[in-house]
Amino acid sequence: MDPRRASRTVSDPKIRQVGFFAPPPDRSFSGPPDPISTSTPNPAAATTTAAAANTSSPPPISDLSPSGNSLSPVMIPPPRHSSDTTHRPVPFPPVSPLRRDTLSLTVGSYNNNNNNIISSSPTASFYDESKGITVKVSPTPAASSFPGGGFDLTAVKASSVPASGLTTVSVVKTLPPGFTEKVGGSVEMQNDLPANSKPLKERTSKAERRALQEAQRAAKAAAKAEGSKLSATTSGAVASANAKPTKATKPSSQKNDSATVASSEKKGGDRPPEKDRKKDAPHPRMQYDDKSRVEKAKRRAVVKQTEARNRVELFRHLPQYEHGTQLPDLESKFFQLDPVHPVVYKVGLQYISGDISGGNARCIAMLQAFQEAIKDYSTPDEKTLTRDLTAKINSYVSFLNECRPLSISMGNAIRFLKNRIAKLPLTLSESEAKAFLQSDIEQFISEKIILADKVIVKHAVTKIRDGDVLLTHGSSSAVEMILLHAHELGKQFRVVIVDSRPKLEGQLLLRRLVGKGLSCTYANINAVSYIMHEVTRVFLGASSVLSNGTVYSRVGTACVAMVAHEFRVPVLVCCEAYKFHERVQLDSICSNELGDPDAISKVPGREDINYLDGCTNSENLQLLNLIYDATPSDYVSMIVTDYGMVPPTSVPVIVREYCRDQVWI
Amino acid sequence: MWWRSASFILDHRLQEDPPNDIASSSKEPDTLSKLSPPQTHSSFMAAADPFNPIPNPKISAYYQTRAAHTAVVTSDWLAQAQAAVGHHPDDSPAPQTQLLASPSASGKSFCVINEFNNWRKQPDLAEAVAAIRALAAVIRASEATTMMELEIELKKASDSLKSWDTTSISLTAGCDLFMRYVTRTSALEYEDFNSARSRLIERAEKFGEISCKARRIIAMLSQDFIFDGCTILVHGFSRVVLEVLKTAAQNKKLFRVFCTEGRPDRTGLRFSNELAKLDVPVKLLIDSAVAYTMDEVDMVFVGADGVVESGGIINMMGTYQIALVAHSMNKPVYVAAESYKFARLYPLDQKDMAPALRPIDFGVPIPSKVEVERSARDYTPPQYLTLLFTDLGVLTPSVVSDELIQLYL
Repeated sequence: MDPRRASRTVSDPKIRQVGFFAPPPDRSFSGPPDPISTSTPNPAAATTTAAAANTSSPPPISDLSPSGNSLSPVMIPPPRHSSDTTHRPVPFPPVSPLRRDTLSLTVGSYNNNNNNIISSSPTASFYDESKGITVKVSPTPAASSFPGGGFDLTAVKASSVPASGLTTVSVVKTLPPGFTEKVGGSVEMQNDLPANSKPLKERTSKAERRALQEAQRAAKAAAKAEGSKLSATTSGAVASANAKPTKATKPSSQKNDSATVASSEKKGGDRPPEKDRKKDAPHPRMQYDDKSRVEKAKRRAVVKQTEARNRVELFRHLPQYEHGTQLPDLESKFFQLDPVHPVVYKVGLQYISGDISGGNARCIAMLQAFQEAIKDYSTPDEKTLTRDLTAKINSYVSFLNECRPLSISMGNAIRFLKNRIAKLPLTLSESEAKAFLQSDIEQFISEKIILADKVIVKHAVTKIRDGDVLLTHGSSSAVEMILLHAHELGKQFRVVIVDSRPKLEGQLLLRRLVGKGLSCTYANINAVSYIMHEVTRVFLGASSVLSNGTVYSRVGTACVAMVAHEFRVPVLVCCEAYKFHERVQLDSICSNELGDPDAISKVPGREDINYLDGCTNSENLQLLNLIYDATPSDYVSMIVTDYGMVPPTSVPVIVREYCRDQVWI
Repeated sequence: MWWRSASFILDHRLQEDPPNDIASSSKEPDTLSKLSPPQTHSSFMAAADPFNPIPNPKISAYYQTRAAHTAVVTSDWLAQAQAAVGHHPDDSPAPQTQLLASPSASGKSFCVINEFNNWRKQPDLAEAVAAIRALAAVIRASEATTMMELEIELKKASDSLKSWDTTSISLTAGCDLFMRYVTRTSALEYEDFNSARSRLIERAEKFGEISCKARRIIAMLSQDFIFDGCTILVHGFSRVVLEVLKTAAQNKKLFRVFCTEGRPDRTGLRFSNELAKLDVPVKLLIDSAVAYTMDEVDMVFVGADGVVESGGIINMMGTYQIALVAHSMNKPVYVAAESYKFARLYPLDQKDMAPALRPIDFGVPIPSKVEVERSARDYTPPQYLTLLFTDLGVLTPSVVSDELIQLYL
């Protein structure tokens, strides 16, 4: 056991990294000479002593001494170790030049994973599962230390402690010096943290770090109390840990470069946290089941977020719909908020109240608010316009995002604006720059939205013939314009408006169309399969069109498109090109927006059918009110955009062209 | 499948000389009536005895009686075909009656359409090329002194060409392409007028060359897809497809071809004549026998009047049903089309295009109350096509739109 262990501890870090890609257990291959020679003695000693300690008094150790205990639980299942050791040789890769990179990369991703997992594990059970999976995939010591796959909370906690402890040496490699001691930290939170990657750790606040150090010190003391032998080993371990980081930090920084997998937010971690945090708008795709991030986001949030009662299992990662209206709360804050420009604030409130809805309307409102804000903006002393204004815009964006999650089209518009700010010539004076930006925004609105709509109308009208029956779902501004224009042209056609609860937006459209004298039929989405056989064309709007041709649109669109496809009715999606996005999405789960769960449980004005009145607080009831869904490209015959009528397969081409445009405008 | 088996190929190689003798002895390629016997024999032999690995007419008396029996019908068809061929000697894909065929436009009163028709009559010239040549002639004849004037003149000419025949896709596409070049070439704005003008003319000339080369390129590209012993179903008369098959025959590939009859203008008969001249075993089918023969077919080869934005094609009536049958039997459908046939059109369904009408002769008088569907072409959606052979390369249907976007945006 001893030799094995020695080698194991030595190779730990490498195991972890290499384990991802090297299945054949080629035992004969021994590691590169230098790491062995340097690190073998310490870890070997550590492990053996740990084993000794373990056998002598396991329970107290696990409770008290950090480093000692962290080692001990791992020791308990010897067979696992052996299996571990069999795996271990693998890590020493014949490919020494490659190793470093791959190592660091996998470490990064692994840690990142772990981080998510652990922080989310208390709540999300399916993440635990995923953890189990990751664990299985990687023949890491950590993996071996999860006996049952770590499915329940306690198991996770228990195992996470030993995992980090066990690997003291190995983990340390990727972590800063102080880290090992931290492992012993008694607080749960800290137990979670050590498993995280280094950048995240660095982002912990001062207070947290102090707490950690405190804990470490206590742990050390405890370890000393354990016995001189043990303390020696721990110190040895620590020493080795301290020795290694110098080597190991390099790969981890490399990782930061190479592995963007680790998400952009992590990168920011190298800089001072406070400043960065202010700048860093919450990513639109923040995972809301990641507790620590949610906490952080909340702390700097203007809008007070309240927790939804029963989150639907599969949709925990989405921003949950806030209960109650924050309007009064926010309105009262109106005069205290200097960071947010009043116009932006107004738009945010309008988003919350639902006064502005619809992709184009929201985007235009936002851009105009930014225009106003830029007009009133003046660069503070000792700051440059490009940087400060970007920060300002970021804070506005994060405010708006809190009011209602940004749509993809808004994201594109913001990207455009930031791009323009960044590309401002340095020679411009402030007023010139501001005028420049305002006219840019103006141009974006007029060219990319208003003019684009006109072009779309022009194209789409050619597809309407006399005698057609056109079906539409919900209320899309582009579709409305098309229908009205076709009517103006004197085409004889009929419109079927399919609508769905809870928003019943179709009624608004119906009202406007009937007002203009079109002949309309109104049906609920339940009747779509009945009505579809008489339809000749389906016109749909879209919130966004993604790179694989998936149409991301108001919930119910996918259903209508599917039925239309089944009836062989052509489905035309009308969408401005500024709403295209290079992302790919296969389902409606990864990215979506949640609406008010009450809206689907209650029917206003129908007291007699409010059957759910009593049960909405029940633990067993989870209400899911999705706002969007994703329509697979198979169901879409054509996408009408300002670049003409294209098949859904050509969206990436437009995205390419358009992104180039974005820089140009 | 016997025609794919190695033994068939070997046998065929052994037999190569006798059939050649027969063919050469029995054939004067000029006359159709002489041409028909070998052709019918090869096709009917295949029909009569598809499991006979040696296509030798001497073997089976049964075959001979059969051939003699059916030859009556066939020769009748071929007579009709001959008449049809005689009627339009060099018909371009869109069977338009040649209205204004005054060969030489008199100097001053220059007319694009006349010019176009002039060019169109050349046997190997595609419509798009003819259109571009006609536009080049406009430039030559033009008395404009500035680029703007010339552009306006060109625009007018191309509009009148397009409106003269709204149904022809390649004509429209050719005009659009050239106009695109005129308006887009930034170099034109900086040069002096005369050099810009000559540049345009040069470009137009080049376009003709490119289009001729395109057929060669397509033929070369498609050779990889024609394997020894395969059976190819063709529909309509497409010069590109003919080039493809001709090249394959020259490369000593062993394959046979099924030609649909191509009612009402009997394009299939013409095509089979051309193939028979090349000694390719060819078999004629009536248009409704496609599904019946599809299980013998290895691939479907069609040309295209136009390739539209969705990646689908607009082609002679009947292409769609062939593609449907082929799709349902998992046979590949290959389209050979030059890139100047790519058009910025997006039909959603069959009725969503300008119909190209043509007279159909049923041989008997049709009561006036009976309606006749006279559309000459249909639209095949991209999901039923396997690959497109173009001079840009072998493309999947979805790439067409990419190319179009890059061309026109």
